[in-house]
Amino acid sequence: MRGWGKLIITEFKLYLREPTAAFFTLAFPLMMLFLFGSIYGNKPTPLFGGYGTVDVSVPAYTAMIIGSVSLLGIPVVIATFREKGILRRFRATPLRPQAILVSRIVVDFGMSLLGMALLVIAGKAVYNLRFEGNIFYVALAFALSALSFFSAGFLIASLAPTTRVAQTVGMVLFYPMLFLSGAAIPLEILPENIRRISNLLPLTYVVKLLKGMWFGESWGKHLVETAILAGILIVSTAISSRVFRWE
Amino acid sequence: MATVVQVQNLRKVYGSVVAVDGISFEVQEGEIFGMVGPNGAGKTTTIECIEGLRIPDSGSISVLGLDPQRDGYELRERIGVQLQESALPHRLKVGEAIDLFASFYRRSLPRKERDELLEFLGLADRRKVPFAKLSGGQKQRLFIALALINDPDIVFLDELTTGLDPQGRRAMWDMIRGIRERGKTVFLTTHFMEEAERLCDRVLIIDHGKIVALDSPENLIRNLGAETRVVFTVDGAIPAEKLQAVEGVRRVEQIGERVIVYGEGDALVGNVVNALTASGIRFRDLRTEQPTLEDVFLALTGREMRD
Repeated sequence: MRGWGKLIITEFKLYLREPTAAFFTLAFPLMMLFLFGSIYGNKPTPLFGGYGTVDVSVPAYTAMIIGSVSLLGIPVVIATFREKGILRRFRATPLRPQAILVSRIVVDFGMSLLGMALLVIAGKAVYNLRFEGNIFYVALAFALSALSFFSAGFLIASLAPTTRVAQTVGMVLFYPMLFLSGAAIPLEILPENIRRISNLLPLTYVVKLLKGMWFGESWGKHLVETAILAGILIVSTAISSRVFRWE
Repeated sequence: MATVVQVQNLRKVYGSVVAVDGISFEVQEGEIFGMVGPNGAGKTTTIECIEGLRIPDSGSISVLGLDPQRDGYELRERIGVQLQESALPHRLKVGEAIDLFASFYRRSLPRKERDELLEFLGLADRRKVPFAKLSGGQKQRLFIALALINDPDIVFLDELTTGLDPQGRRAMWDMIRGIRERGKTVFLTTHFMEEAERLCDRVLIIDHGKIVALDSPENLIRNLGAETRVVFTVDGAIPAEKLQAVEGVRRVEQIGERVIVYGEGDALVGNVVNALTASGIRFRDLRTEQPTLEDVFLALTGREMRD
C-alpha cells in the first residue's frame, strides 16, 4: 500500500487545480440551486408531491454531479494519462496498478460527495431544505449510483482509442442525460413523450433512487433502479478489466 | 566487477516485424553502457524488456539477479527508469512530483539528498513550477531526478538527449558522468553516434534487431583499421617522398595548397610534424581527422546512420 496515501492527496490537489472539473462538480450545481431557489423559492407544491423546488433539486443536482464526474471527468483524465504516457511512467515504479484505480475512485467519490454536501448546506441555510429519509440509505444510494457511473466512465476510457474520442463519447452521453433525466430539469415538468425517452437514460435511475431515498421511500420501491445501476457496475467493470490498456 | 544485466537470446516480434532478433549481452557494474542504432533498430524494445515493461517472446533476462517479469515490483524498487516517451499530469509541480514518486519506493532519498539532487540537476528553483510550464530540457532533467529518487543500482535512460540542443546535450553528458560517479551503472540508448562515443565505456551497436558490434568505442574504431588523416596547408610544394617515408604514413595527397596525409597509429601527427619541421617547411591550419563510430557503423552495415 506504499504510496497510495500520497497519490490520493496529490490527485485531490490536481482535481482542485483543474478549473473545469472543480467548476462542474462544486460551483455549477450551487449556482443552479441559487438560481432556481431565487426564482421559485422552496414552497411546497402539489407538482412535486408536496415538496418545494429546492427540496427536489438537491438530490437531482447530486445526480448531475455524479454524471459530470463520471462522463466528463473520468474518461478524459484516464485517456489523457494513457495517451501522454503518464500511466507508463507510474508503471515504471513499484506502485501497484490498483493504486491508480483506487486513488481515482476515492478522489472522484470524495469530490462528488463534497459537491453534494455544499448543496445540502446551502439548501439548509438559505431555503430550509426538507429531508425525510434515512441517512444510511441515502449514503448507500449515493455510493451505488457513483460507483455504477464511475465504472461506466472507466469503460469509456478503456474502449476509446484517443482522448478526443473519450471526451466526445462522454459529452454525447452526458448532455442529453443532463436535460432529459430529471437531473437539471425536474421530470415532473417534462411532457409525457419526453419522459418515455427519459426511461431509456441511466441517469434517470440515479435521480429516481436518490430522490426516493431523500424523501424516505422504502428501498423496495426502487428495485428497478437498483438492478439497472448494479447491472451497469458489474458489466462495465467486467469489460474494462479485460480491455483496459496502459498505453 | 559483477554482471548486473544479463540478456540471452532475447526476441520480440510485433505482428510480422521482428523488433529484436535473438540478442545476447551483459552489462557490468559501474559502467556506462550504450545501445546505439538507428530509429527502429530495437533499442527501446530491448531496454523496456529489461525494465519489465514489455514481455519478451523468448529468451531470458536477469537484472540484479531478478527476473523482470516474475519479480517486476522488486526489480523496480532497485532500478531507475527514464522512458523515451512519458509525461506527468500537467499541473503537477516539480517538488510534488519528486515527493510523490519518492513515496512509491521502499527506500528513497531522504529530504536533504532530494534537495541536493534537484540542485545537481539545476531544478532547485523550479520546485513550484507545474510540469507543463517546464522547458524540454527541464522535463528531461526532472525525469532523471525521478529515475534517481530511489537511489537505484542501475539507471536506464532511453533516448535521453533527443530533442535537446547541442549545448543541452553536452550538459546532459556531464550529468550522466556525474551519475556514474555516484556509483551507479548507467544503461542508455541513443541514436547519436557522437554521444555514444563520448560518453560510453562500452557500446552495443544494434541494427534491424541484431547486434552488429559490442566493444569500447576506442576498440571499435581501432579494429575498423580506418585511416587517420592529417590535413594542413602549405605555400608551394612539399617533398612528398620524405613524408611518404615517415613511419605510419600510407599515402600523401596535395591539392593546391592543401595536403592530406593518410596513415595510422597514435604517433602519426607527431611524426608528420617532425618531418615537416626537419625539412624546414612552413605549414598552417594543421588538424587531424580521426575515424568515428559513425565510420564504424557505415563500415559494418554499409549504411549511413541517420537521425
